[in-house]
Amino acid sequence: MSAPNSDSRTLRFVLDGRVVCIDRPAPTMTILDYLREVAGRRGTKEGCAEGDCGACTVVVGELSKDRQRIDYRAVNSCIRFLPTLDGKELVTVESLQQPSGAAHPVQQSMIDHHASQCGFCTPGFVMSLFAMYLTHSQASREQVVEALAGNLCRCTGYRPIIEAGMRQGSYPSPGRWSREDAQSAERLESLARLAAERDAGAPLHYAGFEAPRTLDELSAVLLAQPDSVVLAGGTDVGLWVTKQLRELPALVYLGDVVELTVIEERRQELWIGAAVTLTDAWPALLREFPELEEQAARFASPPIRNSATLCGNLANGSPIGDSIPALIALDAQIELRRGSAVRRLHLENFYLGYQKKDLNKGEFMTGVAIPAAAQGRLIGSYKLAKRIDQDISAVCATFCVNVEGEQVLSARLAYGGMAGTACRARQAECALIEHGWTTAGIEASSAALAADFKPLSDLRAGSEYRLQAAGNLLRRFFLSHAKPPTPRALRTSDALRSLSQ
Amino acid sequence: MIAGTTQIHDSAPLHVSGQAQYCDDIALPANTLHGAFGMSPVAHGRITALDLSAVAAAPGVAAVAAAADIPGENNYGGAVHDDPIFAPELVQHVGQPVFAVAATSMRAARAAARLARIEVAPLPALLDIRAALAAQSFVLPSQSMRRGDPRAQLAAAPRHLSSTVVIGGQDHFYLEGQISAAIPQEDGAMLVHCSTQHPTEVQSIVAHALGLSSNQVIVQCRRMGGGFGGKESQAALIAAAAAVLARKAGRPVKLRLDRDADMVMTGKRHDFIADYEAGFDDTGRLLALAIMLASRCGYSADLSGPVNDRAMFHLDNAYYLEHVEIISHRCKTHTVSNTAFRGFGGPQGMMVIEAVLDDIARTLSLDPLDVRRANLYGTHSRNVTHYGQVLEANLLPDILDRLERSSEYRRRRGEIHRWNAGQPIVKRGLALTPVKFGISFTSTMFNQAGALVQVYTDGTVLLNHGGTEMGQGLHVKVAQVVATELGLPLSAIRITATDTSKVPNTSATAASAGSDLNGKAAQAAAITIRERLASVAAERFRVAPQEVRFAEGHVQAGTHRMPFAALARGAHEARVSLSATGYYRTPKIHWDKEAKRGRPFFYFAFGAAVAEEAVDTLTGETQLLRIDILHDVGASLNPAIDLGQIEGGFLQGVGWLTSEELYWNAAGQLDTHAPSTYKIPTVRDWPANARIEMLPATPNSEDAIFRSKAVGEPPLMLALSVFHAIRDACAACGPAGCLPNLPAPATPEAVLRVIDALHRRHAA
Repeated sequence: MSAPNSDSRTLRFVLDGRVVCIDRPAPTMTILDYLREVAGRRGTKEGCAEGDCGACTVVVGELSKDRQRIDYRAVNSCIRFLPTLDGKELVTVESLQQPSGAAHPVQQSMIDHHASQCGFCTPGFVMSLFAMYLTHSQASREQVVEALAGNLCRCTGYRPIIEAGMRQGSYPSPGRWSREDAQSAERLESLARLAAERDAGAPLHYAGFEAPRTLDELSAVLLAQPDSVVLAGGTDVGLWVTKQLRELPALVYLGDVVELTVIEERRQELWIGAAVTLTDAWPALLREFPELEEQAARFASPPIRNSATLCGNLANGSPIGDSIPALIALDAQIELRRGSAVRRLHLENFYLGYQKKDLNKGEFMTGVAIPAAAQGRLIGSYKLAKRIDQDISAVCATFCVNVEGEQVLSARLAYGGMAGTACRARQAECALIEHGWTTAGIEASSAALAADFKPLSDLRAGSEYRLQAAGNLLRRFFLSHAKPPTPRALRTSDALRSLSQ
Repeated sequence: MIAGTTQIHDSAPLHVSGQAQYCDDIALPANTLHGAFGMSPVAHGRITALDLSAVAAAPGVAAVAAAADIPGENNYGGAVHDDPIFAPELVQHVGQPVFAVAATSMRAARAAARLARIEVAPLPALLDIRAALAAQSFVLPSQSMRRGDPRAQLAAAPRHLSSTVVIGGQDHFYLEGQISAAIPQEDGAMLVHCSTQHPTEVQSIVAHALGLSSNQVIVQCRRMGGGFGGKESQAALIAAAAAVLARKAGRPVKLRLDRDADMVMTGKRHDFIADYEAGFDDTGRLLALAIMLASRCGYSADLSGPVNDRAMFHLDNAYYLEHVEIISHRCKTHTVSNTAFRGFGGPQGMMVIEAVLDDIARTLSLDPLDVRRANLYGTHSRNVTHYGQVLEANLLPDILDRLERSSEYRRRRGEIHRWNAGQPIVKRGLALTPVKFGISFTSTMFNQAGALVQVYTDGTVLLNHGGTEMGQGLHVKVAQVVATELGLPLSAIRITATDTSKVPNTSATAASAGSDLNGKAAQAAAITIRERLASVAAERFRVAPQEVRFAEGHVQAGTHRMPFAALARGAHEARVSLSATGYYRTPKIHWDKEAKRGRPFFYFAFGAAVAEEAVDTLTGETQLLRIDILHDVGASLNPAIDLGQIEGGFLQGVGWLTSEELYWNAAGQLDTHAPSTYKIPTVRDWPANARIEMLPATPNSEDAIFRSKAVGEPPLMLALSVFHAIRDACAACGPAGCLPNLPAPATPEAVLRVIDALHRRHAA
C-alpha cells in the first residue's frame, strides 16, 4: 500500500488523520467499494449504486484555493472513483466516533430524536448532516431539508431526522470533528503537505488514469489518447461502471486542472469553467439570473451537485439535463479545445441529435460563457417531475423574451424532455413574435408547440401530458408577468406557504 | 414499569455510528464467493436453449447453477409450490431467475451472468389486469363474500352510481436490498444469514431445495434494512439460490441483489381495479353495494390468496355495509409475482370504499365527511362486519369527533370553498378519512409465537423470540416486556439475532402482529423464570412466593432485599433452571373458510387523518399543505417507537398514492427499477404543518400485550386522506356534482388529466 511520496502512480489521501497511500488503484474503483471491500469500513452502505439514495454518503475535504481552509462536502461514494480523492481528506461515519467512544453531536441528536428505524440509510443521513454541521452552527428547517435532499429514508417519514438536524447545533462541541477541529492547524497542515508534495511531483498518472494539472497537459493527453473518457464529477460515468458494468478506456480527470475551476464575472459574460461543480456554479448563475432559482434548488441533490459539474451536464447532452434548456434560452456559448485550437459554439448548436454532438475526437469543453443579463428581458424557468426534490424532469423549460408593450422583440423558448435533445421551440417562438405578448399570443405559441415537438411517452410522462404541460408552462410564464401576477408554482405562493407552516 | 415508556431503539447508537451489522456487513470466511442471477429477457416463453458455457468460463467464476443443479425441490413458494428458484423451461416474467453464478467478486458474478445465451420462444403475454380478466387468467380461484341481498337492494335503491377505481402497486424500496449468505457446515448442513421477515420459511425452503432436513439448516437474521412485507416470502428465493450455489461450489456464497435486480425480480404491492355498483339514498347512506375486485398477482400465487382476502375483509373500512357482494379475482399476469406489502391488500380494499363514498357525496353535493359519518359503524347497532365479526370497542365515532374539532375541519372547509371560488389556477382540497384495520393473521394458524429467555448468574438476560427486527422497534418493545416482568433495567436485557435454532417453527414477522405475538411469548417465558426465582426466594426467606417483588434490578422478599443477580446465582446454586421458553397463541379468533364467517381478527386498530392539498391546475402538481392525524395504539408500549410507525407508515402511504409509479413497457419490462426512476418520498415531502397525535388513555379492550395495539400497518392507510384531498381539489375544477375519477398514484400527469376532463365538462 505504501510507495515513495512523489510517485505519480500513488494515490494519497487523508483518512482519520493518517495519509493513505495506494499504488495504482483500479481507476474505476468507487470510494464505496474501497471502504467496504478494501478498508473494511462497512458503516457506509450501498443502497442504489447510482447516487440517488444517499446511503453511501461520505464527506470529502478539499483544501481551498488559498490553502487557508478546508471545504468539506458530502458526496455519493457509490459512484465517485477513488483516484479522484488524490490530495483530499475522506471522512466516513466511522470517523465521527469520539476517542471516549461517545457519539458526535450529529449522531447523538439522531439518537435522541428517534431518527433511525431500520438504520440502513442512517450513516448517509449522518454524513449529510455532518457536512451541514460544519457550515451551520444552527440550521433552519429549510436548510436541513435542502441538505438532506439526496438521502432517502423509507421508515421514519423524516420528521425526527429534520428535528435532529435542527437541534444538532445545540449539543456541546465535540473534541473530534467540531467546527474548529475541522479547520485545525493539524488537519490543514496534513492536506497542505500533500498539496506541496503534489506541487513538487508529477500529476497522478498511471495506466488507465490521468489527472493533468494544466490545460496544456490536458489537451496534450487527450490529443495523444483521444479515446479516453473525460471524467469530471463522474456522476454519469460512475453509472457506466456500476450499472452497465462497462470496462472503460483510460480516464482523464479534469478535477485537478486549476484553470478549469474558474468562475469569472466578465463585463459581457459569466464564465464557468469545465471543472466547476454545480454547487459552485448555481450561485454564480443565480446572482445574474435569479429566475433560475427553481432549477438550482431542484437540480439533483447536494451530494450530486458537490461532485457533478455544470459543463458535465452540458457535455453529457442528455435530453433531460436540466441545465441545458436554461443555458440555451440564455444563449450561452461553450468553448471547445482540441490541442491548441479553441472554438466557441452556441450551446444550442452543440447538440446534433439524440446523443450526437458537435465534438471532435480529442476535443473537450473548457467552459461555458453566459451573456450578461440584459435590461427588459423576461425570464421564466420551470421544471415538472413526479417529485419535487431529486427527480428527473418530465418537462423542463426556460423562457427568455424581450417585450416592449405587447410587442415581442425576441423569444427563446427552450425545452428539455420534449425531443431527442434539449432545444428551442422555433415554431412557438415565431407564433409568439407574430401574435405578441398577449393571451392570444401565448395561446398561439402554445398551440404551435405541437408543430415543434412530438414528445415520447415513457416512464416519466406520456406524450400528451408533456405537450400540454409545455404549453401550460408558457401560460404560467405569461400569467406570472401579468397584473396581478398569479403564483408561479405551488411552493412559491406566499398564500400557500403560510398555510403549510 | 418499563413497558409503556419511551425508550430509544435498541440499535440506535449502532445505526448512527455505522456499527450496526446488516447481512452484507458480516465478516465471512476468506473463500466466500459472490453470487448473481441470470434472468429471463422476455415476459413469457419457453426456453429453447440455455448455454451457460461463457458464464462458467468467465474470470473468477467458481460455480453456475440452473434448474437441473438443484438437489431437492425447485421451489420457493411457501403456500403454493409454483415459484421455481430457477425457471426450468417456462419463463413467465421479465427478470425471472433462470440461473445463478458464483464468482470471486460481485462484479465478476454480475459480469459473468450477462454472458449467458438464453434463447426463448416467446408466448403471448398478459401484462395487466384487464388483459388477464379478459382471458380469465387467474393464479387462484376467485372468491366471493356476501351479506344480505345486494342485488334486490340495488334494484330498490332510490339512487345509483357505478364506476371503476384504479389503484397502483408499490415497490417496497427497503434501503437494504435482498441478501443472503449461505455457509456450508460440517455434515452437509447449511448456515444461512438472511435479510428476512420469515426465517422459518427460509429454513424450510433451503432444506427442501438442498434435500436436507430442517434440523440441518440454521437461518439467522440480526436485522433488516427495512422489510415492509417485501422480505416475507421473497427472501427465500435469494437464500435458496445462495445455498444451491454454496452446495455446488463447496464454499460460502453471498448473494446480494443490486437495486435494479431487486426491483425487477421481486414482488411488489398488488395493483387493483374495482368495478362498483352502489345503491344509496338522498342522505348518502349506502343501501347496497356490489364490487368486482381484481388484482395483478403476477405469474404465481405467492401470498396473493391472503392479500386478496384481506382486501375483501377491509372493503368496509370503517363503514357498515348492510347488503354487499364482493367478488375477488386473483389475476395471473406475466409480470413479477406480487407479494406482501404493509397493509397486505387492506389498503386497496379501503381505497375502494372511500372512493365509493366520495363519489356518492359529490353526486349529492354533500360534504364527503357527512357521507362518511352517515355510513360509519355504530357502537351498539350497525356494528357487525360483512363477515360476521362484531365490532367491539369501536373508537371511530370518538376519533372522528375529536379530529374534526382539532383540525377545524368545518371552518377550513368554508375557507377553502371561498379560496377555490376566487382562485383559477391553484385549487385546494380537504379530506378526512378514517382507518379501521383488523389485527391477526387471517389464517388462524399463524397466530402463534415462541420465545426463549435465558438468565445468567450475573443477572443479565439474553432474549430470543421468533420475531425479526426490520426497523420497527420490535426488539426494544419485547425487551421492555421482559424487563418489566423481571423488574430489571432495560440495559440488563440483550436481544441477539433471530435464529431458527433457538426458537423454532415461527410465523413471519408480519400482519402488524410482531409485538402482540412475540411480546406475549416472551412475557410468558419471563414469568416462568420469575416464578421459579420467586419460589427460591420464598423458600429462603420464608415468605409466600406471591410476596416476592421484582423491581429496579432488585428482589424484595419480606424484609429481605437483594440484587436480582444474587437471586439468580442463588437459584443456580439451588439447581433451579434459569432458562425458559414461552409460547403464545392468540385467543378468541376463528374463521369458517366455507361460510366466510367468523372472527378473523382479535381486535381492530383505529385512526383518522385530515389532509389539505393544493393542486396546480396548469401542471397537475400537488402539495400537501397540512396533515392532522389521530391514531389509536391502545396503551402504547413505547410512544416514540409508535409515533415513528405512525409517521413512517403515513408517508409511505403518501408515496404509494402520489409519486410512486410502477411503469411496465409494452414488452413487460419494468422501466422504473431504481431510485432514479421510481420516486419514493423525500424529506421535502414531509409537511411542515403536521399535527400527529396518539389517542390518549385508551387501553386495548382485549388482553393484548400490556393492552397495547399493533401499529405496523394501520397508519399507512391514513394516507388515503391525502389522496382524497387531491380528489377534492380536482373536483373544485368542475361543476358541482362532478366526479373526479382520479387513479392512484395521483401523479401530476394523472391529476392534470382528471382536471382537464372536468374543465371540459365545465365548459360543455
